[in-house]
Amino acid sequence: MAVDMNMNVLIVDDYTTMLRIIKNLLKQLGFNNIDEATDGTMALEKVKSKSYGLVISDWNMEPMTGFEFLKKVRTSDQAFKTVPFIMITAESKTENVIAAKQAGVNNYIVKPFNAETLKTKISAVLGEF
Amino acid sequence: MSEASLNETSDNKKERIVSIISSVIDKVGKNEQVSLSGILTELRDLLIVIEETRRDMGLARPSDITGKHIPGATDELDAIVEATSEATGTIMDCCDVILEKAGAVGGDDGDTISAEVMKIFEACSFQDVTGQRVSKVVKTFHDIEEKIDKLVSVLGVKVSGLPEEEDIRSDDEKLLNGPQLADQAISQDDIDKLMAELDGVAEE
Repeated sequence: MAVDMNMNVLIVDDYTTMLRIIKNLLKQLGFNNIDEATDGTMALEKVKSKSYGLVISDWNMEPMTGFEFLKKVRTSDQAFKTVPFIMITAESKTENVIAAKQAGVNNYIVKPFNAETLKTKISAVLGEF
Repeated sequence: MSEASLNETSDNKKERIVSIISSVIDKVGKNEQVSLSGILTELRDLLIVIEETRRDMGLARPSDITGKHIPGATDELDAIVEATSEATGTIMDCCDVILEKAGAVGGDDGDTISAEVMKIFEACSFQDVTGQRVSKVVKTFHDIEEKIDKLVSVLGVKVSGLPEEEDIRSDDEKLLNGPQLADQAISQDDIDKLMAELDGVAEE
């Protein structure tokens, strides 16, 4: 099934430069509707209020980390619990990947990354586009 | 031992040392009939206080500061310099290409592009300043490390044989370690393999 490039995408990072970079990359890839959040709390509010086709989140944020956000999404009883979720983080230890996977992450990108890696991982989660 | 209790103990010890020395000086000064055993007792008390101080300094883990904390901090700072340097290099490489193309564009547009690219070059000078500032901090860390080593050596502080410090962070907090140094991190390829393996386990 073709990827709907008009789907809502939520990107979450406390570093605004990184938000800007990811947003630009996603636009280059053809995604048109991109929302931003700067921590897990704000992101959780957004997924509760709007339907997203993809969430891309950093891990290390305050007050709510991306890991906590992921766990809250996956343990929710609401429709957003199955939203495709990609973690983009500098946390590159084996135990982090395992913990994220066990919490229900769909893919994991370690920073720094490039547009090709982002496209590959999104394709792996959503299908080729 | 907590820092507060260490400070408190340290203050008590200073008072005891001053008190013992004052007592000895007072006795000798007044030229009282001072017995040798009396002076020895005072000096033994002094020795006990000094031994306790050395032991407390050992418990404060000066070897952790010089062997773990300071090297860890300086490694992270070195990694910052390396990463920003690499990124700046890439930015400048791109600017070189854009400048070349600006020449081909020519005219007012070409000039405008060139001028804007030059601003990027100027902004990239932050790397040089950042690198120098970080180097100064690293040097300060090394100076502190040296001074602690000397202090430990002069006082003959016993630093080995102490149990590992307990990590009191929650399980979630233990996963928050930030960027890893190159020799401690796993690559994107390793992560992909691990994800695939974990997917396989989940499907079984």
